Amino acid sequence: MSDAMHVSGPLAAAPKPVSPSLQAWRMFRQNHAALVGLAILAAIIVISLIGPYVYTVPPREMVWMPLTPPGQSEYILGTDYLGRDLLAGLINGGRVTLLVGFSAACLTVLIGVSVGALAGFFGGWVDNLLMRVTEFFQVLPHLLFAMVVVMLFSPTLLNISAAIGVVSWTSTARLTRAEFQRIREMEYVKAERAIGAGNARLIWRVILPNAAPPLIVVAALSIGTAILFEAGLSFLGLSDPNATSWGRMIGDNRPYILDSSWGVTFPGLCIFLTVLAISLVGDGLNDAFNPKLRQR
Amino acid sequence: MLNGSVIKLSNAVLLLIAVLILNFALIHVAPGDPVEVLVGEMGGATPEQIADLRAHFGLDRPLYIQIATYLGRVVQGDLGYSLYYDQPVTQLIAGRVGPTLLLVGTALLSAILVCTVLGVFSAQKRRSVLSHLVTVLSLAGFSAPAFWVGIMLILLLSVAIPILPISGMSSSDGAASGVMYVLDVLHHLILPALTLALIYLAFYSRLSRASMLEVLESDYVRTARAKGLPRRLVIYKHALRNAVLPVVTFAGLQFGQVISGAVLVETVFAWPGLGTLAFESILRRDTPTLLGILFFSSVMVVAMNLLTDFLVRRIDPRIKAQ
Repeated sequence: MSDAMHVSGPLAAAPKPVSPSLQAWRMFRQNHAALVGLAILAAIIVISLIGPYVYTVPPREMVWMPLTPPGQSEYILGTDYLGRDLLAGLINGGRVTLLVGFSAACLTVLIGVSVGALAGFFGGWVDNLLMRVTEFFQVLPHLLFAMVVVMLFSPTLLNISAAIGVVSWTSTARLTRAEFQRIREMEYVKAERAIGAGNARLIWRVILPNAAPPLIVVAALSIGTAILFEAGLSFLGLSDPNATSWGRMIGDNRPYILDSSWGVTFPGLCIFLTVLAISLVGDGLNDAFNPKLRQR
Repeated sequence: MLNGSVIKLSNAVLLLIAVLILNFALIHVAPGDPVEVLVGEMGGATPEQIADLRAHFGLDRPLYIQIATYLGRVVQGDLGYSLYYDQPVTQLIAGRVGPTLLLVGTALLSAILVCTVLGVFSAQKRRSVLSHLVTVLSLAGFSAPAFWVGIMLILLLSVAIPILPISGMSSSDGAASGVMYVLDVLHHLILPALTLALIYLAFYSRLSRASMLEVLESDYVRTARAKGLPRRLVIYKHALRNAVLPVVTFAGLQFGQVISGAVLVETVFAWPGLGTLAFESILRRDTPTLLGILFFSSVMVVAMNLLTDFLVRRIDPRIKAQ
């Protein structure tokens, strides 16, 4: 700071302008926990995407003696109560878990941002109405409501993702609304309006990009929440019969925990690691976008 | 003041009516005939029962009359009939509320207590081991599925070191009575309550620490310290009261999530409460029971919100003054 003051010409000393996203990345890079999270997450995604082609043991067929402990056969993580290879199940289950988590989070963000943007931008009766709807979805016990929806409309991956998305958007909506209410009053928005920008342009092109940083953090975290949610639903038996996710593996193996603790331990560890990695990345993004809060 | 309460109360009633209408809509939008949806795929219903249900919901009449009939029945305490259990849903739920309240209450109270203590101590020394422990604990607790934590605790404390029962609310012989019965139930309560408390703790401890940090930096705490009050008095009398507030508010507002956690943990431990009932009704495709539990839980959430509001007013006189 003091160095900059002593330089002769003010322009000569001015650092090159750095784009906000590059600035954010520089902050993010200093957060070791977040980098570890990012690495874990990348590894999990890569394994889920290409793993099934490399490790070709069929995940849903009996390949060895049931309830073989880890390390006692060529199937290194052991087998479950039906003699299915646990490692193959984990690799293939990761796809389903990530897919549901990601699509549910997309829906969460889509609904949350739309509702919050409209409520925050227009205010008045629109805000009133939309906030009542938000309140309603906050009161609804999320898991139970999703259970009802999935049970009534067959448990397909699409329905499960939709059910999770439909109940999870309220906090995103509240955050978006608050951001829009704040930014709506800014000078540059007023200026934009004065030169004739329409509402759609103001919402999408002017305010939304400026509201984006906290929303990106929430979006990232909502993937983790959705994964936990999916795990809970499939643990309760509400999972797509044609797709094995990590949560369902825990549910399937639970009756046999006395004979095979590994059948529930490993899928649970996978969920734990994935959500932990997402949380770390989310925290890192939060710090990167709000350097002021870092001291906490 | 009174006006405010009336508005809040009518708001709550409106929310509950909305939940009922949603329930009603779900039954009608779901694929298949509403009666088939209600009977489920149990195939256990006789033609008379099906005809009964049709009359019960007045399915031959216009939709708005159907909704009105439905709402009218719920107001009279009729949430439908469970064909699987051969009991009115209201009765089923009434029989299961006690265990759930016991479990959730124990877990919630101990979580709030522990997180307050953690918050107070960790906020005083930011870089201490305890402070880092709070961060790690909340991160880990947030990232682990509740039911999985329960299973891991079973493997640890019921299987590896067999000191606690695996499941249920009392030993199956049922011979114990009086004090022995209470002790037996408490013995069974430890694991599920511990699991649930750990999950809640993850959510509250960070918040508790953050709010304590904020309060400790506030002007009135500095003033209290400056005028020479002992540190202990400042923390427990001036700061704590204000630092607990966000936690209580948050716990009340998030009560729906509290119930979600309870559903999963009860299922793991076969704790005979509403959560296990919900799980069983999925297995049996017992729609009326599941819808009844959904509605009843919504009532609990709304009631908790009102209660929290009341509590926060008691703790913080500033809100009352507004």
